[in-house]
Amino acid sequence: QLDRGCALHTAARAGLSSVPSQDVPAGKPRAVFHTSESDPAKHTEQHEGRLYNIPLEEVKAVFPHGLPRRFQQQIQTFNEARVMVRKPALELLAYLKGSNFSHPAVRYVIYGERGTGKTMTLCHVVHYCSRQGWLVLHIPDAHLWVKNCKELLHSAYKKDRLDQPLQASVWLKNFKSSNERFLQEIKTQKKYMWGKHESTEEGRPLGEVVEQGLARARSASDAVGVVLRELKQQSHRGSFRLLVAVDGVNALWGRTTLSKEDKSPVSPEELTLVHNLRKMVRNDWSGGAIVTTLSQTGSLFKPSSAYTPQELLGKEGFDALDPFVPIPVPNYSPREFESCYGYYLERRWLQHEKALTEDGKAELQFLSGSNPRQLDRLAGPL
Amino acid sequence: LRLICTTAAVQRKNAGASGPEKYTEAFIKKQIEEFNLGKRHLANMMGEDPETFTQEDIDRAIAYLFPSGLFDERARPVMKHPTEIFPEQRKIQWGEDGRPFHFLFYTGKQSYYSLMHETYEKLLNVQKHQDQLIAQDLPLQKEKRNLAGSRWLTKIELEEMLLEKVSDDDYSRFIQLLQKLVALPCADIEEKYIQKFSKEVPVQLQKVVIEPLQYDERGVAFSTGEGRRKTASATAIVYDNGTGKITVNGIDILHYFPVLQDREQLLFPFQFLGRIGKHDMVCTVSGGGRSSQAGAIRLASAKALRSFVTEKEVEFMRQAGLLTLDPRVKERKKPGQEGPRRKFTWKKR
Repeated sequence: QLDRGCALHTAARAGLSSVPSQDVPAGKPRAVFHTSESDPAKHTEQHEGRLYNIPLEEVKAVFPHGLPRRFQQQIQTFNEARVMVRKPALELLAYLKGSNFSHPAVRYVIYGERGTGKTMTLCHVVHYCSRQGWLVLHIPDAHLWVKNCKELLHSAYKKDRLDQPLQASVWLKNFKSSNERFLQEIKTQKKYMWGKHESTEEGRPLGEVVEQGLARARSASDAVGVVLRELKQQSHRGSFRLLVAVDGVNALWGRTTLSKEDKSPVSPEELTLVHNLRKMVRNDWSGGAIVTTLSQTGSLFKPSSAYTPQELLGKEGFDALDPFVPIPVPNYSPREFESCYGYYLERRWLQHEKALTEDGKAELQFLSGSNPRQLDRLAGPL
Repeated sequence: LRLICTTAAVQRKNAGASGPEKYTEAFIKKQIEEFNLGKRHLANMMGEDPETFTQEDIDRAIAYLFPSGLFDERARPVMKHPTEIFPEQRKIQWGEDGRPFHFLFYTGKQSYYSLMHETYEKLLNVQKHQDQLIAQDLPLQKEKRNLAGSRWLTKIELEEMLLEKVSDDDYSRFIQLLQKLVALPCADIEEKYIQKFSKEVPVQLQKVVIEPLQYDERGVAFSTGEGRRKTASATAIVYDNGTGKITVNGIDILHYFPVLQDREQLLFPFQFLGRIGKHDMVCTVSGGGRSSQAGAIRLASAKALRSFVTEKEVEFMRQAGLLTLDPRVKERKKPGQEGPRRKFTWKKR
């Protein structure tokens, strides 16, 4: 998660500045790196390498979860959220703008080496979609669901499956805070039974399902499943657009570190959350898009040098996700590096005297290898 | 060995034989005969011609027959002429009737004082010659000796030459006398005598040869360098007109050296010369661990960069320690101790 975070972090730094509508700075070098376009819809190649600002209230509304840890710390330090506009994100946005929503949902897989900005690209796209009024289903890190789970309950719904009440309730809470208005509008289409006595009737707003899941931890995972299914069916009909944004999608097809009471290992299908998510990621519905990221950092039992889809997804995952549109995310180009460095300078993040010189910049570029995460870590103590 | 009564002046600590045993002439002669015989045997063993078997051949043969992994050269097996092994010693300095041969024997430092007398005699000679030249109104020759490339004998060398102990005071007086002699304009007469007491000093820098740049097919200049550090050895090829990309064994440095410290080591030569983004580098490295591989590549790249850079900067690099091979290797564990230095825990009982 951290490298995603760092990538996001640095990308965010490249964010906007509040220069009023003028992209070309009037003699001030600082403004070169910033753009005033805070709507991702209007980002074009002209804005490449520049940072745009997201107002803090929007950040809280759109990203209750999902921003990398380091980026969140940076937002707190600098009191603003800046995301860099980079080529992969622009590519994705172009695809999304031009996609036909009556066709089945297209799957995009963002991949790249560690710390290059995959999660930040995802967040950029999520921001765009939320601005456009889509319903965003953002799973911050699928790896969280397959490891370090304290409680595993046997599912009441299906015999073999295992529930994860903690993770499910956390996710439901965040989901609720980001998509309030949708939850009131969308109605359920079936009657759902939660145990013997409680049930949700047909036609009730989806918010009730979420409330139910939050109130009763036991049925949280089932609530998640219900939500996912409803959303899938209804976006098929076309009343709203649905974006499924999954970070660390390779967790869905890997191995888990969890084990049952008799110490036998748990495979991902046996987890309710994972099972439902897999159904979401299949492209048998239309009216939206699926954007996923591969992540090596949180992945289990995979070598650290693996970053291609084939290696990280494994055969099963690759077949399940095939066909998809791969979007590679490289390290910073020299221009992007300049703008990131300029942003740090401007916010006085680099305090060391040598770091302010040209030589210092060359040194930073060499030592970090233009990798956003490395640059962020290097610039920290300076 | 028969113990011989010699004067106390013969005992000196610079030569190898420091014990009370001294060697008789007969003993030395016998050793020489044995050595020659052994030399012929060795030549036969190695299949070479006994007549033309030189000292170098002997050394090679001994190194082959008795391979030794000891670090100190002096501890390895050696077969040399007895005069080189047994230190010179003074013959008996008095006759059968007890009268000493040398007239300065009773001063205690006979060779030293005789040397001083001789040198002073030469000095007087030069002064006389100078007076003669002035009397004849001939120009005095003024050819400066090259003092920069030569040095006087050290005290130990002087002791070896005189076969007796020389104190610091005496040594300095002798050197002062020599300098006084050399300072005179007509000292060229006694040049031969003076050369006995001076030695050539090889200048450090002249030994190092910097290779010229080579050019590959595309016309880009490049140069190679090799480096080693603690069982890791590396070769580096530095190309000109580059972007600062560095590849190690085909892998980018970000992946090969995930630790910042190693990358800083690689950065150091380029940063020192101020050429961070100007060169590309391709290296191969093997052996050692993470840190020693980084050090080896650093040395190799510094050596390769010498060809791109002026001599003054090469001197700066040398003084910064970029071009020096790091001699530290893992020290051997000794018996009776737990490690190279650590002793076993001492228990009182």
